[in-house]
Amino acid sequence: MTEFEPKIIAFVCNWCTYAGADLTGTSRIKYAQNVKIVRFPCTGRIDFMLLLKSFGEGADGIIVSGCHPNDCHYTSGNFHARRRWIMFRGLLDMLGIDVRRIQYSWVSAAEGAKWADIVNSTVNTIRELGPYTEYEKVAGYLEKEAKQ
Amino acid sequence: MNELIKKAVALLESDSVQVIIGYAEGTGTRTRAIFITRTADCENLIFDSRCVQNLAVYLTKSEIKKLGKPAIVAPIPVLRSILQLAVENQITENDLVVLGITPQSELVDFESFAAIEAFLSTHQIVIEEKYQETIREIKAMPVTERFAYWVKELEPCFKCYACRAACPLCYCTRCTVDNNQPQWISVASHPLGNLEWHIMRAMHLAGRCTDCEACYNACPMSIPIHLLTKNMLQDVTENFGTYGPSLDKLNTLSSFKPDDKESFIR
Repeated sequence: MTEFEPKIIAFVCNWCTYAGADLTGTSRIKYAQNVKIVRFPCTGRIDFMLLLKSFGEGADGIIVSGCHPNDCHYTSGNFHARRRWIMFRGLLDMLGIDVRRIQYSWVSAAEGAKWADIVNSTVNTIRELGPYTEYEKVAGYLEKEAKQ
Repeated sequence: MNELIKKAVALLESDSVQVIIGYAEGTGTRTRAIFITRTADCENLIFDSRCVQNLAVYLTKSEIKKLGKPAIVAPIPVLRSILQLAVENQITENDLVVLGITPQSELVDFESFAAIEAFLSTHQIVIEEKYQETIREIKAMPVTERFAYWVKELEPCFKCYACRAACPLCYCTRCTVDNNQPQWISVASHPLGNLEWHIMRAMHLAGRCTDCEACYNACPMSIPIHLLTKNMLQDVTENFGTYGPSLDKLNTLSSFKPDDKESFIR
């Protein structure tokens, strides 16, 4: 049996974390290859539905990252996002969706090393947790019905 | 409630309003919403403990707006919804006459939204102990068990959207769930679609819900969806301080403080 490779999707903001991840590359820092990065104008734009859709489409873990507080390109996008994340995390926890699978972080354009560290540690966490089978079972309900 | 009827008649006769939104006897022992445009019909108005529907939902409906300026029978939950709608600029003081009803079933007049806010400050939203207990019990379950619990609880949902229709704060004329290009949420009674729908509904009410339980009362399958909003209400209080609509404050998720505290962002 091959080892489980976590599928991780990262929602990042254009101005800080995306530039930070770029710096990780140009600094030739090696990090786990499990992550697919999706670039957004701002963390304030990252709708919670996108996170749900990721799990529904088979992601095992999610990274959401943007500018540090007070550094937002649009002044307050990340402050609004932070409040939303607090509420969203509480709701997911209440519903029994594993909040350990969503890593939130602030990564600035100068923090290439931090980005590598975030990705590596998230990959390790998800590797320990294993594939998100509970959610997959729920998401694959219709396919299963069709097969039977 | 003779006083209420007298008041309604006076309002219609003086033409200060064109329609009275109130409660009337319905099928069996149930009550229903009534829209009175003629003084002769005012005698049908009732108010008692069975009147739990949140009438504020009609204030934003275009069919009702067409009837003219309304006077609305407003017990505490309706008053809270009216205030929240005012905070969200959905209604103004000139749009309606509020026939407030105290928990002691006394009629009370409100000259302004500020008066409603002052009145509600003595009637704060309190989550009953039995609900707090249920929420604690659910949260004490291991995470996989909790997930299974909710998947099972949401299983009977067939997406009639009665919860959305009954909620005074779900007033968008176009909802994400009606969108089919792209389709965000499966319309089938499917566990994933059910889960996503209820997460979305709850999130869109985050920091706005006034805990009237209209969604739960409307649900034909009695799914405890009010637990989700009650839990969020607790989260708001815990993380951002006081809860409840206030005219000089923006909604919780429309505002922020630079020093909002959390413990999970790296």
